[in-house]
Amino acid sequence: MLKILLVEDNPGYIALTVEAFKEANMPNQLEIVEDGQEAMDFLRRQSPYENSERPDVILLDLNLPKKDGRQVLQEIKNDPVLKRIPVVVLTTSKEEEDIVKAYDNHANCYIKKPEDLVGFWEVVRKTEDFWLSVVKLPSL
Amino acid sequence: MRSVRILLVEDNPGDVDLILEAFNECRMPHEIEVVNDGQEAIYFLRKQDKYEDKRSPNIILLDLNLPRKDGRQVLEEIKNDAKLKRIPVIILTSSARQEDILKVYEQHANCYVRKPVDLNDFLTLVRKIEDFWFSVVELPPVV
Repeated sequence: MLKILLVEDNPGYIALTVEAFKEANMPNQLEIVEDGQEAMDFLRRQSPYENSERPDVILLDLNLPKKDGRQVLQEIKNDPVLKRIPVVVLTTSKEEEDIVKAYDNHANCYIKKPEDLVGFWEVVRKTEDFWLSVVKLPSL
Repeated sequence: MRSVRILLVEDNPGDVDLILEAFNECRMPHEIEVVNDGQEAIYFLRKQDKYEDKRSPNIILLDLNLPRKDGRQVLEEIKNDAKLKRIPVIILTSSARQEDILKVYEQHANCYVRKPVDLNDFLTLVRKIEDFWFSVVELPPVV
């Protein structure tokens, strides 16, 4: 069972992502946290996430409350255990500076969220297809 | 529509042919450069030796088992280079060893894909790479 951690604060995007992953070919379990601090607490198994399981893939928005996604990315990719987990940056920003910085900080890939629902759906489906069915993940 | 520049680092001529054939079916404009060993890959990326005028690739397909310089070493050098590290590296290899998979992700390979054996599977794989990396993903700008 593949485990995905979604780090996203927008309820609309959360709902769409949940639906998209329900339709995935591979059985999966989606966990959701809504800010950057929660993301790190989850990944580090700190309270209240002492029993959390490490995800196989992380979907990460950049603009998050409490701790920015750019900071979360750096903390994940500098952590000896967490750095192996693929991080798919999925964000509204198309700023070149954000793209370059994310890749420089070892984001596995960077995706701009489409503005329309259908586009967003397509993107999440393709992301799920590629990362759950095509790619060999480190944790398996 | 901008053209995607791919660097393929692969020593097996049969696999090179299959991959090039699969990319021929690719709908997005693209250019593929091929190098056959790890040392040539580094020269290409650093624009050294005969590669002074080469433009940086937008994405790299890298086999692990290469002559002269192993793919694992190439990956490490790319991902430790301030200018090169942003380029997505897709490891495309026949190895399915868990320790290889883990190590390359720790070395910041962008993803790891097992090399298919026949043309049809190569076609499917390349189409999936194309669908995801050339149209969904934002590739970083390179010089």
